[in-house]
Amino acid sequence: MRIALFITCFNDTLFPETGRATVEVLERLGVEVDFPLEQTCCGQMHFNTGYQREAIPLVRRFVEVFKNYEAVVAPSGSCVGMVRELYPMAADLANDKRLAADVEELSPRVFELSEFLVKKLGVTDVGAYYPHRVTYHPTCHSLRMLKVGDAPLKLLEAVRGIDFVELPEARECCGFGGTFAVKNADTSIAMLGDKLRHVLETEAEVCAAGDNSCLMHIGGGLKRQRAGVRTVHLAEILATTEEKIKP
Amino acid sequence: MTIEAPDAFSGGKTPHFEESARESLADSQLRRNLGKATQTIRNKRAVAVEEMPDWEQLREAGRALKSRTLRHLDEYLLQLEESVKQAGGQVHWARDGEEANRIIAGIAKSHDAGEVVKVKSIATDETKLNEYLKREGIEAFETDLAELIIQLAGETSSHILVPAIHKNRSEIRELFMQKLGVEDLSDDPPDLTNAARLYLREKFLKAKVGISGANFAVAETGTVCVVESEGNGRMCTTLPPVLVTLMGIEKIIPAWQDYEVFMQLLPRSSTAERMNPYTTFWTGVSEGDGPQEFHLVLLDNGRTEVLDDEIGRQTLNCIRCSACLNVCPVYERTGGHAYNSVYPGPIGAILTPQLVGIGKSGSDSLPYASSLCGACYEVCPVKINIPEVLIHLRGRVVRHKQDEGGLRGKLDPENVAMRAMAKTFSEPRLYEGAQKAARIGQWPLARSGAIHRLPGRLAGWTDARDLKPIPEQTFREWWRSRNGSGTHSGTRSGEGS
Amino acid sequence: MEIQERLGDPFGNPFGGGLVTPAREEILRRVRRATHDVPKDEHPEDVPVERGYRDKDDAPREEIVERFAERVAEYEATVHRADESDLPRAIAEACGRRGVRQLVVPAGLPEEWIPEDVETLRDAASSPLSNEELDRSDGTLTGCSLGIAQTGTIVLDAGEGQGRRALTLLPDYHLCVVREEQIVGLVPEAFAKLEETVKGEGRAITFISGPSATSDIELNRVEGVHGPRTLEVLIVG
Repeated sequence: MRIALFITCFNDTLFPETGRATVEVLERLGVEVDFPLEQTCCGQMHFNTGYQREAIPLVRRFVEVFKNYEAVVAPSGSCVGMVRELYPMAADLANDKRLAADVEELSPRVFELSEFLVKKLGVTDVGAYYPHRVTYHPTCHSLRMLKVGDAPLKLLEAVRGIDFVELPEARECCGFGGTFAVKNADTSIAMLGDKLRHVLETEAEVCAAGDNSCLMHIGGGLKRQRAGVRTVHLAEILATTEEKIKP
Repeated sequence: MTIEAPDAFSGGKTPHFEESARESLADSQLRRNLGKATQTIRNKRAVAVEEMPDWEQLREAGRALKSRTLRHLDEYLLQLEESVKQAGGQVHWARDGEEANRIIAGIAKSHDAGEVVKVKSIATDETKLNEYLKREGIEAFETDLAELIIQLAGETSSHILVPAIHKNRSEIRELFMQKLGVEDLSDDPPDLTNAARLYLREKFLKAKVGISGANFAVAETGTVCVVESEGNGRMCTTLPPVLVTLMGIEKIIPAWQDYEVFMQLLPRSSTAERMNPYTTFWTGVSEGDGPQEFHLVLLDNGRTEVLDDEIGRQTLNCIRCSACLNVCPVYERTGGHAYNSVYPGPIGAILTPQLVGIGKSGSDSLPYASSLCGACYEVCPVKINIPEVLIHLRGRVVRHKQDEGGLRGKLDPENVAMRAMAKTFSEPRLYEGAQKAARIGQWPLARSGAIHRLPGRLAGWTDARDLKPIPEQTFREWWRSRNGSGTHSGTRSGEGS
Repeated sequence: MEIQERLGDPFGNPFGGGLVTPAREEILRRVRRATHDVPKDEHPEDVPVERGYRDKDDAPREEIVERFAERVAEYEATVHRADESDLPRAIAEACGRRGVRQLVVPAGLPEEWIPEDVETLRDAASSPLSNEELDRSDGTLTGCSLGIAQTGTIVLDAGEGQGRRALTLLPDYHLCVVREEQIVGLVPEAFAKLEETVKGEGRAITFISGPSATSDIELNRVEGVHGPRTLEVLIVG
């Protein structure tokens, strides 16, 4: 199977290691990965902040770049949520019937990494080895927009050596919310406070998630508190193998 | 003494959500009360819903019935008017709050009522009926326990369903001793409740006019209902010889049978009960039973503007259950007052700006009072896609600023930055250039592997969060080096394949 | 404003005769403008409503009655069960326990239900009891229209043996007799049965699910705010 990787501008710039891990996991499973270099940003930040007319060229670019692929995979629940749930609204706003039709045709083929692995490929064991105590924050857009369900947990359960511990009140938002984290910084920080408390209760070494935006927020808080808990994207856990750790 | 808090419906300017939220967040007592309260209702609701194997089918039916009603609202309004008249009631139409207040005051005056008793109605809070009546020399007594507490304290409600959620028992005891003239009162909730019962019983027996809101009104039969717990609704709709009901035009449901849907959705979503203690359904006037004069006032006050927006229209599905408040992580921490509106929480964040109109800076901040986590949509019994409407309204707010805000709107730093960024993202060449520039530009900020403080508007981020610096190599640079291609974008993989 | 000036006193049912008011016309115009996206030939029934929810409880009778009894009791109401022949004694006992001396009796209540040793306050259309009399009484005894097992709800429809609404509102004690055959399983069954009453005489309907309650103070549930603080239910089969 051949897929296109949509890395997302955020991962491309700030978290390239997540992209490398995603490629590694997919290739290990025999998936041929293509990375169209013409891709930039899905437009989520603009669209969700209200700069929707400004987001339309980005929507068009995304559709043009990816429309001929059988499947598009991204290591980000919220960016995939943007494409699947909000691109139709963007196409309506653009008043462009062709764009709307393209969006309708493309969006069911755009997947978040964990749902692609579990629901599309039918794989839960990707051959990973990760000897750490890990907790998982499911992230709102994966959970409620994409409804990935327990796909990430199934993947984690199959990881050898892992000591998985459930996160209390896991479904509650961490408080990131894109520009919300800056526009309503006080509320965002109050929400983060409770999320950090729950993470610390688990005594995990690693807090994982399927979205680096939430992780940057959670990780930023943990680092400020010098809590000693690392944040790691799910893809990086899945990419880690025994050979890598003990060469 | 009544402190009239600034509110989106009182006409003046209101503070932005983020400013008001900051004040609420600093009140640790409020946060404890709210945290405890919302969590309790949230968990109870989950149990009440879990018990229903057909909950999703009920939600879908509720949504569909509301959609049917709203798409044909003109027909249903006329049918309702006819049914109520047939049943001996009178129907009035009010374009705005002022007109509704004038009609209601007129009715009270025509019966020489110096006092009226009221059962909680957010519509009358929206129109500021109590203040209006006061200016007309009529005193309105709130009879819902929480509303009474709020009224005595001269405050405003902070929760649709539990308006006094921000007050604890000792604060209420103080208030009752002072205002009801009760001596020797404990802070035990049953004692406090009994003090209110005795005080209000006298008011109910004396009142010539009762005022209520409506949870639903059936177009087919004209049957109006009030869903409640305490019995003050029954008192207000039964004892006074004259009853006036104010309802928003969106509260209509098509047929009597449709109650079977909404009377299952509402109690479980709102108070997490299988059924609320009391519901009264009345059809016009019944001879020898209850008020012999009934007036139904139909209120627009911005609702037709909401109807006019095809995405925003679903907001009018709302049955005021408050389930979205109780699950909202923002509401849980800021409380209702931060919304500066009689409609707080996620539903308020979409309803208020639409009712008062986009372009008022206070209520324009409300669609941003959300992390878009989607918990509200998940529990909404009539499936209002609140996150979708929030995003849509953010778009309307920005477009309004850009198109009507003149030079100031265009030069707004956020607008300038967002437009510049969109331009950058629209071209891979510009985008890659920006990635490099950012990596170089950040070095004065990065200290010992983390950014501790950002400048300007972004400083909010670093108040409590470090920021990791931009790494040496972007993903696409790695990809190119791995695949041995040049730096020119799009060479190897091209567009599509 | 215009209409009030034009009519002087606007509340002598000025709108009853189909008079056109500017507010009414304006609102209808706004509604029609706002729904311009709805195709002209679409009828309300064309908007699909899937009623996929349960509308009938197929459980055996005894299970439904049992569920009703349980759920009423969960609301902190007292529930007793009695045989038809035993009903008068059960009523008398309940009134005795409560210490009822003055009992409000609605028109049409079976005479044999009324205990001998209480003073009756009889309400009739021709001679209604005053609110003050109701307020001072010790309690009220009624039948009902329906019971709903799913929610533990008693439904009154102001019919025979139930009386007008104030009778079950002002007294502090309400003793309600529910016959087993009056109990339905699910909420939709109740609304179906009530349809005739509403569309016919249009009598008021009251749903009672436990005694009145409030959770307004720190979310602590307190029974008994404004209605009868004690609700007692006798299920007869």
